[in-house]
Amino acid sequence: MKTINLPITDEDIKNLKAGETVLLTGTILTGRDAAHKRLYELVTQGKELPVDIKGELIYYVGPAPAKPGFAVGPAGPTSSYRMDKYAPTLLDLGLKGMIGKGARSKEVVDSIVKNKCVYFACVGGAAALIAKSIKKEEVLCYEDLGTEAIRRYTVEDFPCIVAIDSYGNNAYDEGQKKYFRE
Amino acid sequence: MEIRKIKASEITETVCRLFMDCNYYIGKDIYCALQKAKESEESETGRNILAQIIENDDIAAKERIPLCQDTGMAILFVKYGDKVVVEDGSFNDAVTEGVRKAYRDGFLRKSVVDDPVFDRINTKDNTPCIIHTEIVPGDKIEILAGGKGFGSENMSKIAMLTPSKGIEGVKNFILDTVREAGPNPCPPMVVGVGIGGTFEKAATLAKKATFRSIDTHNPDVRYASLEDELLYEINKMGFGPAGLGGTTTAIGVNIETYPTHIAGMPVAVNICCHAARHAKAVI
Repeated sequence: MKTINLPITDEDIKNLKAGETVLLTGTILTGRDAAHKRLYELVTQGKELPVDIKGELIYYVGPAPAKPGFAVGPAGPTSSYRMDKYAPTLLDLGLKGMIGKGARSKEVVDSIVKNKCVYFACVGGAAALIAKSIKKEEVLCYEDLGTEAIRRYTVEDFPCIVAIDSYGNNAYDEGQKKYFRE
Repeated sequence: MEIRKIKASEITETVCRLFMDCNYYIGKDIYCALQKAKESEESETGRNILAQIIENDDIAAKERIPLCQDTGMAILFVKYGDKVVVEDGSFNDAVTEGVRKAYRDGFLRKSVVDDPVFDRINTKDNTPCIIHTEIVPGDKIEILAGGKGFGSENMSKIAMLTPSKGIEGVKNFILDTVREAGPNPCPPMVVGVGIGGTFEKAATLAKKATFRSIDTHNPDVRYASLEDELLYEINKMGFGPAGLGGTTTAIGVNIETYPTHIAGMPVAVNICCHAARHAKAVI
């Protein structure tokens, strides 16, 4: 299985193929609906973002609270399509990729290809298992949003699948086509 | 039958336990269905994903942590015996306190915002909850509780079909809804269907259907065979585990029905993920 040490490089992204399983090690950002809305509004107002997204991967997640003795609470992916409105803007600003689950809009796929980025999927509803690969969390901003705050996760062998690669190949479409029966 | 007094604190404790339990322990019906699907799934990626989901559910139970981070909006179906009087408080307050306690002390995620459109400020205790109460004869309270995540809830739909659409219209609407949901609602999914009643009754029935174990069938043999047929058709769609392709797109289709108006045939489809969580208690 392929392991990628973060930050992800352009070379890494070039070599990723839709459908392959990879393990991520390093740090990633988190953010979902409310945080994306705020970031997007700042960009449209021409203001500076509270967190540098250049070269980063963002994980669409709103974790459950950590139980005492645990580094993080259960933290599986949330549906990515809700961030479709905001994703192309963030990719244009240098975000290298996204981690979530489910289909993306044509605009997002086009932006992934244009910016040579990647969209990873991890298994929805496998939050307790995924949390095992998250070793540390730090809230970076928007703490008032609770679970929706932007965090930095330190991950080790974080399991995901390349859902849309930098060439626009789509593991969701390909997988479904392969097993579709009349 | 004599009036029976039940303490508000007993209701609170019961509700709290139900919400913790259903978020930590997946039901036996779902667990068995996932095991079976892991054997029959044709896609290797799909089998690996099912293995991850099973491992996840094992970890959650062992460590008493939520199996999914989306511990949902709290929903309760209550059968309230008409001979019951709540002592030291009101029923709804006692239930709400139970939800608050479970989500706080059980390390469950607080996912509720106060206003749907304008403010959207997190209430920080996962209240309010949604309580469906039915008054029944008797001196007991039966509570069926579950947390519903919104990845799948958002994929749900309702249609006010007219009678001439017939069984084909019903099937098409259900299958179209699942097809449109595709990889988004964390397949393999559980599909809850409510047919009949009125606009809101059909939706409530669909939700109730997702709270029914998937190793059961509708008691009416015609709807039971429709459940089987729909499950078969859905699994031909190819979405598979996590939507990445495979032969296990759903692990259960449950249908609930109710009489309806001469002019109507409402159909509601409530999609649920593989983490179909519910727990029941009788006080």
